[in-house]
Amino acid sequence: MSAITHEHEHDHDHDHKPTGIKRWLFTTNHKDIGTMYLVFALLMFFIGGSMAMVIRLELFQPGMQFVEPQFFNQMTTVHGLIMVFGAVMPAFTGLANWMIPMMIGAPDMALPRMNNWSFWILPFAFLILLLSLFMPGGGPDFGWTFYAPLSTTYSNDSTALFVFSVHIMGISSIMGAINVIVTIWNMRAPGMTWMKMPLFVWTWFITAFLLIMVMPVLAGAVTMVLTDKYFGTSFFDAAGGGDPVLFQHIFWFFGHPEVYIMILPAFGIVSAIIPTFARKPLFGYASMVYATASIAVLSFLVWAHHMFTTGMPVFATLFFMYCTMLIAVPTGVKVFNWVATMWRGAMTFEVPMMFALAFIVLFTIGGFSGLMLAITPADFQYHDTYFVVAHFHYVLVSGAVFSIIAAAYYWLPKWTGYMYDERLGQLHFWCSLISVNLLFFPMHFVGLAGMPRRIPDYALQFADFNAFISVGGFLFGLSQLIFVWVIVKCARGGEKATAQVWEGAEGLEWQVPSPAPYHTFDTPPEVK
Amino acid sequence: MQLHRTLVSKLLLVTVLMFGFGFALVPLYDVFCEVTGINGKTSNVPATVLADGIDTSREVTIEFLARPNKDMPWIFQPEIRRLTVHPGEVHVMNYLAENPTGRMIVGQAVPSVSPGQAALYLHKIECFCFTQQQLAAGNKMLMPVQFYVDPALPAQFSTITLNYTLYDVTANWQGSAATENLGE
Repeated sequence: MSAITHEHEHDHDHDHKPTGIKRWLFTTNHKDIGTMYLVFALLMFFIGGSMAMVIRLELFQPGMQFVEPQFFNQMTTVHGLIMVFGAVMPAFTGLANWMIPMMIGAPDMALPRMNNWSFWILPFAFLILLLSLFMPGGGPDFGWTFYAPLSTTYSNDSTALFVFSVHIMGISSIMGAINVIVTIWNMRAPGMTWMKMPLFVWTWFITAFLLIMVMPVLAGAVTMVLTDKYFGTSFFDAAGGGDPVLFQHIFWFFGHPEVYIMILPAFGIVSAIIPTFARKPLFGYASMVYATASIAVLSFLVWAHHMFTTGMPVFATLFFMYCTMLIAVPTGVKVFNWVATMWRGAMTFEVPMMFALAFIVLFTIGGFSGLMLAITPADFQYHDTYFVVAHFHYVLVSGAVFSIIAAAYYWLPKWTGYMYDERLGQLHFWCSLISVNLLFFPMHFVGLAGMPRRIPDYALQFADFNAFISVGGFLFGLSQLIFVWVIVKCARGGEKATAQVWEGAEGLEWQVPSPAPYHTFDTPPEVK
Repeated sequence: MQLHRTLVSKLLLVTVLMFGFGFALVPLYDVFCEVTGINGKTSNVPATVLADGIDTSREVTIEFLARPNKDMPWIFQPEIRRLTVHPGEVHVMNYLAENPTGRMIVGQAVPSVSPGQAALYLHKIECFCFTQQQLAAGNKMLMPVQFYVDPALPAQFSTITLNYTLYDVTANWQGSAATENLGE
């Protein structure tokens, strides 16, 4: 296959790339598209982050201070949508675009033109979503979970725009996922067998399958919301024979695999970084692959743990409770393997390693609070409180986002050809680590004490903790400006990076020069 | 390229099927709830088979609730609040409805049984909730529900609450009226 593919691919080579804006508009190069995804995700991270700042500003003191409750609801909603669909998912897709072809020895992604499309429809989706905030009546204010009837009977006129933008995000994700699967399936270099693939490739392969299975279900859910609101159907309307609880089932059938979509690639990144800086091969490679696959399968069987308080019969809550707890087993295998990889390794603590280590500790804290939430009777107490907010921010911010930052530091020298400023990177790490815990850890306490989420005001006894949390939030937001500074500085120049960059780094991506040339592996490498 | 095309079409097929699955969840959910009775929904199909006999050794209290939805101006209440029955006995219970407004309104009642697991054992032979109800301005009517409790009702249930929520569906009336007349 290799020789034929190689000759065929050659026809598609763009030896003269267009310059200026046209290069980026028309590019089919996986590295260009990866860069655009990453820059877009960073931009969205700051837009979504500034909405979080509005939320924390309002919650700094009890009482209503700065914004109207309805605007507060729009901020929580759009913050969630942007961070999930605009920051975390495109960042992982960007990393996949950049790294997967280089890691498996392929010249590009399998479907380069579709790749261009799947990126370029994304800015329009978010433009629509953001502009809807300026409509009369405001943007979406029903929470990122858009439960019916909040999103049908009680929503404002911008709901159609919300639905349309979610459709575009979904189409973009599905196209990206198909591209990843086809690339990994068909374009591995000779000798790159399934069980030799780097774990980042494996975790993305499994994530892509989750994406094509659940994003269409989300598309169905928003379509039903659209027709219920505008075209007189009654999927979720009891008067017409529908059921609002049905919405929650459909949404969480998408929603639970979705949270694994946002964490499996993170597992792959950490599994790449830990062996490099421990200078030991990954402990238990095969068990990592099987653990990832079993987490993906289990993710389809646990959705109703988000719905314990809807009045399910006891046997159903028990089923979902036990299935949820079962996920702790493969996840435990992973954490064990990372720790075992470091055991007696010759460790050094560069910035990527620091973020990866923080990931392991903080993600595990988020995992444990998840186990607490899985206990049905306890969940009745925790449901819709700040304890839930603390839980999912530990797994998504100090989990997924930290892994993305770790990946950026780890591969930045490969992308730019220069080493980043280690001192600034360490400053960024320590500021982020301290502020992220100031921000999210006290949320556990106010949550257990009963402070509800998504409410712009709170009882007086929560005032001190909330002021503390807000300060942590502002510090975390400011700390991320250091990250931008490091990236800009590194892109402009610095100490030349070698091909291998890190002493302990292994894999095909470290065999090409730094910066990686525009075209890599035109001739497939031989993998031994 | 051919290699890609086959795989891409398979993956697209999965995507389309999963989109369909999202919609298939709607009837699946209804069937699942009806079979297991876990949602407190009673069947929308009239019961045709009566119970084999009346179990006079047991008494079950049926409580009746009625609640117009917040946008529904009708006055809506059960004739009596509570009825004690033997499993297997057929009873008729009337709900009073009055339209105090100056316009014709069409109502649809949606039943809900609590505790949810008992819904499977409450059989309706005739119910005003099976069809939409029409009331002219200022009119009143009695709306009957004919039902029996299945003698197979597990012993743990001694009280069953039957609630009707009444919705204003005048806006959707035209189409439904036509089909209903055809049906009769």
